[in-house]
Amino acid sequence: MAGAVWVFAEHQEGKIRKTSLELLGKGRQVAGEVGAPLIAMLLGSGVDALAQELTTYADTVYHWDDPAVALYNSEIYCQIIAELAHKEQPQIFLAGATFLARDLFPRLAGRLKTGIAVDCLNLELEEDGLLVARRPLFGGKALADVVCRQGRPQIALVRPNTFSLPDAQGPAHGTVVRLPVGVDPAHVKIQVLEVSRPPKERLDLTEAEVIVTGGRGMKAAENFRLLEELADVLNATVGATRGVVDSGWRPHGDQVGKSGKTVSPKLYFAVGVSGAIHHVMGMDTSKVVVAINKDVQAPIFQYADYGVVGDLFEVLPLLTKEMKQGTGKG
Amino acid sequence: MHIAVLVKQVPDSEATVQVKADGSGVEIEDRYTLNFFDSLAVEEALRIKGQGGDVVVTIITLGGQKGVEALRTGLAMGADQAVLLDDPAFAGGDEYATAMVLAAALKGMQVDMILCGKEAFDDSSGVVGPLVAEFLSMPSVTSVVKIQLAPDKGSALIEREIEGGKEVIKVSLPVLLSAQKGLNEARVPPVMGVMKAMRAEIKKLDLAAIGLPATVVGRAGSKEEILRYHRHPQRPAVTMLQGEAADIVRQVVGLLKEEAKVI
Repeated sequence: MAGAVWVFAEHQEGKIRKTSLELLGKGRQVAGEVGAPLIAMLLGSGVDALAQELTTYADTVYHWDDPAVALYNSEIYCQIIAELAHKEQPQIFLAGATFLARDLFPRLAGRLKTGIAVDCLNLELEEDGLLVARRPLFGGKALADVVCRQGRPQIALVRPNTFSLPDAQGPAHGTVVRLPVGVDPAHVKIQVLEVSRPPKERLDLTEAEVIVTGGRGMKAAENFRLLEELADVLNATVGATRGVVDSGWRPHGDQVGKSGKTVSPKLYFAVGVSGAIHHVMGMDTSKVVVAINKDVQAPIFQYADYGVVGDLFEVLPLLTKEMKQGTGKG
Repeated sequence: MHIAVLVKQVPDSEATVQVKADGSGVEIEDRYTLNFFDSLAVEEALRIKGQGGDVVVTIITLGGQKGVEALRTGLAMGADQAVLLDDPAFAGGDEYATAMVLAAALKGMQVDMILCGKEAFDDSSGVVGPLVAEFLSMPSVTSVVKIQLAPDKGSALIEREIEGGKEVIKVSLPVLLSAQKGLNEARVPPVMGVMKAMRAEIKKLDLAAIGLPATVVGRAGSKEEILRYHRHPQRPAVTMLQGEAADIVRQVVGLLKEEAKVI
């Protein structure tokens, strides 16, 4: 029997991450096509409820429940997942291209002597079960279809928001298999002392469905209040350009662009953003782009679906008000 | 203490990249620069050296003439020595095969720390660094924004960026760390440094020197294969809205609702 399709189920603050659910949806389709079971991998401590939730998506949930895996540790995670992969020989292993996955999966690929495709924008199966991963090169100026010719599993890390969420949860049909965590402490040279994540009401930029980004045209840090207000109405996350971050108006983590984050929301607002190429590289896979700029010649309009020519200080409050009425949050 | 920095010369973000009509490859405008995140890695190595003690900084790259340019930039910034891994057998390798070569070269160098950029601009995969660490059985931490070496230089406290926050990690040396924006601001090479770098000798290592069989490097040693290239799909022509602010705001909200159906 051909090996299973594995999906890494990442979780944060007691919830399965949205990007992992997207991959469980895609994984279900892929598993159907290759005629293999879909297996979710869950590592954590005190997350039984999540294991149960995963049984509505996956045929089997492998659950390592142990304080040793409560926090992500690349060496411990790599060791226990690699051991199981050696034994079970999955043919495909999918995960969202998160900070965690991008830290863990290259090592896992090395240990399993297989290839890895990162930041994929699409996945397709060829008839022989070969996974074709489409990934961006040169900041999205070109795309490449890559396959893993040697080594299994075929590992793909997919950019969040690439695939839609699976259909509403059906009844639980999968089973949870609990696995012991056996780690040789002599091989663990990393110790995670602290994870600090200031509580935020908003999704991270990489997972947000709507993003409102401000550029130098915002003129000052305090003017980002106008974007925050629009973001509140749209349940959006606020982003910033390199110029804004370098001016110290917003933290580094808010930067969209080549040296910041690459995002793929459903709806992207570029407000007072000129459209420098290093910014465009971070947002050009957004589904719908609205640019607001007073300069009709601004390059950002070339990368937009809708171009609003006007003074952002006049347009933003009106837009927030109109959206409030339009979305019934008034 | 010996710090190795892995670097790569990549196309500038402004360089034009054309996908060939038949999808067999790309044509890249000849505007190259040291990868941005790699420049942070070089800077960090130099800052650690600047804290005192006996620290040697070695810059390493894989590739031909373009690689030499990356090395000269690193030397101009202040690195002590440079190593070019160059052999026809290395050509066409994926991240796996590239990491294999780098790891083999590093094995003989007795390094205490390896620094690299969190990803290279050309493929943005960020895979080579952690793979090198894996092949050397050394811990790795990616997306690093702070490095604090213990006084005995046997371990380090690392801050790593994650979505919406950070992790604080204690790790023993030797270790591989990949640089994220926020770690530092890379210096501009001083003129004297540039002149010195032009004259500096660059050590070359070929396949025989690193002692690997040809089957594990280059295309032969690759796991991944590129089937074809595509252009980035074009967005439909922009709908421009001009006039009274109140009018165009109503229009754009209407379009997002009725036409784009995203709100």
